[in-house]
Amino acid sequence: MHPLLKAIQKTKPKYEEGGPLHKLWPVYEAGETFLFTPDTVTSGAPHVRDPLDIKRYMITVLYALIPCILFGMYNAGYQLNHATAGADTGFWNNLWQGALRVMPIIITSYAAGGFWEVLFASVRKHEINEGFLITGILFPLTLPPTIPLWQVALGISFGVVIGKEIFGGVGFNVLNPALTARCFLYFAYPGQISGDKVWIATPVAEKLADGFSGATALSVAKAAPAGSNVFEHLAQAGHTLKSMVIGLEGGSIGETSSIAVLVGAVLLIVAGVGAWRIMAGGVLGVTVIGSLVNLIGGPAAHANPMFALPFWYDLVMGGALFGIVFMATDPVSAAATNAGKWIYGFLIGALTVVIRMFNPAYPAGNMLAILFMNVMAPLIDYIVLQVHIRGRRKYLESFARA
Amino acid sequence: MDLLSLAVRSIFIENILLSTFLGMCSFLAISKRIETAIGLGVAVTLVQFITVPVNWALKHFFLDPGALAWTGVPALAALDLSFLNFIVFIATIAALVQLVEMLLDRYFPPLYQALGIFLPLITVNCAILGGSLFMVERQYTFPETLVYGFASGAGWALAIIAMGAIRKKLRYSNIPPGLRGLGITMIVTGLMAMTFMLFSGINL
Repeated sequence: MHPLLKAIQKTKPKYEEGGPLHKLWPVYEAGETFLFTPDTVTSGAPHVRDPLDIKRYMITVLYALIPCILFGMYNAGYQLNHATAGADTGFWNNLWQGALRVMPIIITSYAAGGFWEVLFASVRKHEINEGFLITGILFPLTLPPTIPLWQVALGISFGVVIGKEIFGGVGFNVLNPALTARCFLYFAYPGQISGDKVWIATPVAEKLADGFSGATALSVAKAAPAGSNVFEHLAQAGHTLKSMVIGLEGGSIGETSSIAVLVGAVLLIVAGVGAWRIMAGGVLGVTVIGSLVNLIGGPAAHANPMFALPFWYDLVMGGALFGIVFMATDPVSAAATNAGKWIYGFLIGALTVVIRMFNPAYPAGNMLAILFMNVMAPLIDYIVLQVHIRGRRKYLESFARA
Repeated sequence: MDLLSLAVRSIFIENILLSTFLGMCSFLAISKRIETAIGLGVAVTLVQFITVPVNWALKHFFLDPGALAWTGVPALAALDLSFLNFIVFIATIAALVQLVEMLLDRYFPPLYQALGIFLPLITVNCAILGGSLFMVERQYTFPETLVYGFASGAGWALAIIAMGAIRKKLRYSNIPPGLRGLGITMIVTGLMAMTFMLFSGINL
């Protein structure tokens, strides 16, 4: 037996029924099964013979997020160094400076969220679920690097408690907890999570070097006055298609780099963890609606300049890709049927573009589009099932008649 | 085009249930099963589509100051009956619900059977009265009233049907005992309203 496992199991009686620390049993259980595969088996049928339990499932998502996390740190430092010094200060310095800004946010998120998770698990006697590992990292990745830490703690508390725990924990929630948390902060403290000033982590905003606005590509495009050329505005602010794909620009920590997100997407699809139908549906939704808007409003000079943006800009700008790959595919809050996944994904992509084009109130619509479709997902599943049942019934009746 | 944007606005942006929170009581009570939610949603849409235009006509030809000028009697033309708005609107709603019920019973028995108790219940649904009062407040023209009546009812139906589907899913959840039933439904309603903020701010 592994010496570590031996050491852990030595403490087991303390946590078992009658032991002094029995209230903390979920903590012990989580620790043991996190480090070693548990030997308990499912007691009721059906049995799925697969080493992929929820723990491994969620860890895969965590692996897929690593490129986004690392790139997010590097980018935060890169932006900071460029904004204050105006020059490149080396790869490691960028990464170090970024980690100094980003790590506290991630640690706060895990600590505050973990507190609620352990509290609910102890009181309600359910296991500590690994879904929290994902919520706790997805949420910081959607925040700007300048967010005050108390807001991080407040947001994740709302997301974990109201978004998940009051429904009974992982597997029962209606909305994606990470997005619920972000949405709560977005409406409660818009000043710290939207606008042009929050995306670059400087000590004081005034220290920005000349000509450095810090606005995201999406807000620049939205701010372009009617009738003007949106591409010129983007280029003036330093946003090209290349910079948006690589992601060395202002934005939420994890969302800027399309490449890092795509690496994660490939891992999710290959491992069979993320639903490829939802991702494909989302990209298709952005493509179809984006092209449609181009057709309607492209050439007219008086039209909203956003109408001229081709759909690939919509995919790489803002959080669209990150949301479609990591948020929309959350297996709990997404549609569960295969046809439903296509519809769900497509509508997320479509609504994202629609909100970007037509809603002046929000710079990015992806977060709310996914939450809205989370609400509609059970209905989509219901309709898909009813159509299927009706089809099967007709099929049976055709035999009865023959 | 204006009518289309009015329809979109009434269904999504100013959803009568999730942005003005009208008709909450039947929304909370009847959304337990999705089949009944669909039934009530259809019934409310139908009644809303009829009562709002009828109330518009009543207001326009009887209740507004000087509305009775078409009678040709000077004494009537000088009357201002708008203080009767509430009573007349509620009476109209109650009467029309009865009428719709009888018509459905006579001509569409399956639909009548499906709706069952929900038809009479609509009389006390505040979304219906709210629809008529919004029609007064926003000074809609007759075509707008038709569209508004249908779309606000459809928006209400969309919300309750989505809620029915969510509660079907929640039946398998492990909700803390104190929150089961109405408690969790209220919270989900709040979360739903938050996601409907997606559309707020759209100018059509």
